Amino acid sequence: MDLRDTPEEAAFRAELRSWLEENVPDELRGHRGGAARFDGPAMRAWSRALYDAGYAGLTWPAEYGGGGAPYTHQAIFLEEMARAEAPPHVGVIGLGMAGPTIMAHGTEEHKARYLAPILSAEEIWCQGFSEPEAGSDLAGVRTSSRLEDGHFVVDGQKVWSSFAHLADWCILLTRSDPESTRHAGLTYLIVDMHAPGVEVRPLTQITGEAEFNEIFFTGVRVPADNLLGEVGGGWQVAMTTLLHERGTLGFALQAALEVQVRKLIGLARDRGADQLQRDRIAREWIEMQAVRFTNYRSLSALMKTGMPGPEGSISKLVWSEANQRVTKLALEILGPDAALADGNAPYGGYWQYQQLRSRGNTIEAGTSEVLRSIIAERVLGLPKSR
Amino acid sequence: MDFTFTPEQAALREQAREFLGANPEPSWAQLAELGWTGVSIAEEDGGVGLTFVEEAVLFEELGRALYRGPYFSTIAVTLPALPAALRAEVAAGTASWTLALGPLVPDLDTADRVAVVGGDGIYELEGAEREVLTTTDESRSLGVVRGGQPGRRLADSTVLAEIEQRSQTALALEACGVARRALEYAIEYASTREQFGKRIGVYQAVSHPLADAYTRLELSRSLALWAAWCVATEDPQTPLAAAAAKASAAESAVAVCETSIQVLGGIGFTWEHELHRLYKRALGIESFGASGTRLRAELAAALLNEPKGRAPGSSQVPVSVTEGG
Repeated sequence: MDLRDTPEEAAFRAELRSWLEENVPDELRGHRGGAARFDGPAMRAWSRALYDAGYAGLTWPAEYGGGGAPYTHQAIFLEEMARAEAPPHVGVIGLGMAGPTIMAHGTEEHKARYLAPILSAEEIWCQGFSEPEAGSDLAGVRTSSRLEDGHFVVDGQKVWSSFAHLADWCILLTRSDPESTRHAGLTYLIVDMHAPGVEVRPLTQITGEAEFNEIFFTGVRVPADNLLGEVGGGWQVAMTTLLHERGTLGFALQAALEVQVRKLIGLARDRGADQLQRDRIAREWIEMQAVRFTNYRSLSALMKTGMPGPEGSISKLVWSEANQRVTKLALEILGPDAALADGNAPYGGYWQYQQLRSRGNTIEAGTSEVLRSIIAERVLGLPKSR
Repeated sequence: MDFTFTPEQAALREQAREFLGANPEPSWAQLAELGWTGVSIAEEDGGVGLTFVEEAVLFEELGRALYRGPYFSTIAVTLPALPAALRAEVAAGTASWTLALGPLVPDLDTADRVAVVGGDGIYELEGAEREVLTTTDESRSLGVVRGGQPGRRLADSTVLAEIEQRSQTALALEACGVARRALEYAIEYASTREQFGKRIGVYQAVSHPLADAYTRLELSRSLALWAAWCVATEDPQTPLAAAAAKASAAESAVAVCETSIQVLGGIGFTWEHELHRLYKRALGIESFGASGTRLRAELAAALLNEPKGRAPGSSQVPVSVTEGG
C-alpha cells in the first residue's frame, strides 16, 4: 500500500499539469457544461490538441494509436483535467464505448478504419441502444435489421442518444431475428449517420438544452461488413460496451465531483454558509474523498489482478446522488438569487444549470434502481429479482 | 499508487480471523505471543517493526470479533506517549495501558496502567481509584478514575495530536469490522429466509437497503484505510483523513447494523442474536471522542480556511487534494 505517485507517475502528472496550464483555451476553461460546448469548432480543435500531445486514448494499445499507458495514467489524466477545469475530448462515446468495443469484437479492417479518427476527433460517435420501449431493459430492443443483398436494412427508432446531432457513426443495437425475444436475435452494427434514411431530432431537456437526440432509421442500408460480432450475437457485444461505459466512468465522475465540491467551498467562502450548511459541506467533502479512495482501491485491484475490485461498482451510484446534493446545497447557499438564471444569476447561472442537469445523473448510464439491483445480485450475491 | 494489501498483510488478517474465531476472549499475553502488541514497535524495543497499516488490519478484525480488552487503549491511544522502555513492556505483553483523555476512560477494566494528561505533559497516574461504569456496549468498558497523583512523566503533550489521529482511525477501522459482520448476517438471512413463497432477498424493498448498506460500508472503509496509510506514513493530511474516517465509519456502522436488524426481523431484535452486540459497539464508537457533528464542524472550518479553535491538525488545508495523488 502506497498512495503516493510512483516517480514515473509523478513525472507524467507534472508534465501533463504544465501542458494543461499552457494549452487549455481560456474560453473553454470552467465551462458550465451541457451540449452547446461540444458544437463549436473550438471543441474539435481542443480535442485535436489533446490528440497531438498524446493524451487521447492513453490506455489504448499503441498499435491503434493510443498511449499504451497503464490505467493509473488514465486516472491521473482525469484528475488533472478536472483540476485544470479543462473540457473533455469531444469523442466521449468513441473513446469510452465504441473504440473499446471495436477493439474487442471488430475485424482488423474495422480497427484500421475506425479507431484512429476517434482519437484525432475527426469522427464523432454516438450510441443507439435505448428505445422508447427499451430503457433499463435493453433486451426489449425492437429496431430491426434484415440482411438483403449484402446490406442490413435498418428500420426503427432510438432515443437518449448523446452527440447524435454531431455524430458521424453510431454503434447500433438491432433485432435481426423478428421471431426472437429478449437477449437472443440481436445484432450489433456500425451505422453511418450521414446515410440516407437517418434522421436526428434533438430532445430538449429539463435544462432547455438539447444534449440528447432521437434517431429515426427508415430503410437505412448498412453494408454487411459493418457487423460487430456475430449476427444474433449482439447482446454479448453490447455488454462489452456497457462494461466500458461503467468501467472507465468512475475516475471521470470522481474528478467531476472534486471540481463541484471545490466550487461549492468557493461559493461558501464568497457568500457565507450557516452552521447547518457547513455541516453539509463537510459531509460532501468527506463523500468526495470516499469516492476517490474507493476508486483507488478498485483501480489497484485492476492493476494487480486484471479485474476491478467489486467496490468499483458503487462509484456511479454514489457520484450521481452526491452531485444532486452538492448542486442543491449550492442553490440553498445562493438564497433568493437561486431563482435567477443564466446571465442574471451569480456565476453565470452555473449552479442553476448544474442542479437541473444533475437530475439526469441518476437516470443516464444505468438508473440508480438498476445499479442497486446489480450491487445486490452481483456483488452481494442476493437471489435474482428477475 | 497502490491501494492493496501485501500478501503478508492479507495473511495477518487471515490469522487474526482464525485466532479470534477460536479465542473470542484472548488475554493480553496471548496477543503479545502473536506479536500483535508490538506490531509498530521498533525491533530494538522488542517489537515487530511494522506500521499502522498492519495494526489497521488488526483493528478491523478486533472490531469484527467484538474483542474486549486493552488493545485499543494501549496501541491506538497510549502508545505514542510511551518511552522506549515502556514500549518494550507492551511488546512483551507485560503491560497494557489506557489514557484518561476525557472523563470517560476506555478499557479501564483490563488496562494494567493509567496515564493522564496534565499541563504540558502526559504522566503515569499513580494511586488512583478506578470505577468501571455500566455501559450499553458490553464489549468495551468505560470508567472514571478518582484521586491519585502524577507519577513519572511519559511524554510531552505535543503527542496528543498523533494520539487523536490514531484513535479516530482505529475506531473507524473497528467500525468497518463491526459493519462487515452485521452485513454478512443480513445477506445470509436474506438469501435463505423465505416469505410469500420467495427468498426475501428477491424483494427490492429488502435488497436495495442492503446495497446501500454495502455502499456506505465500502465508502467508509476507503476513508479508514486512507487514514491508516496517512497515520503510517505521517502524511500531512492525516488530521483530515482521520476526522473524515471516524465521522463516516461510525455513522455507517450504525446504519448498517440498523438495516441488518430490520432485515432479520424479529430475530434481529432478540438478545440471543449477535447483531445487537455489534449494534451497541457501533453506537459506542459513534459516541466515543469527538462526534460526527463536531468532526464535520472542524473539517468545515479547515476547508473554509477559517481560524480554528480546536481544529484537526494545525497546518494549512488544501481544498483540493489532487497534489501528489
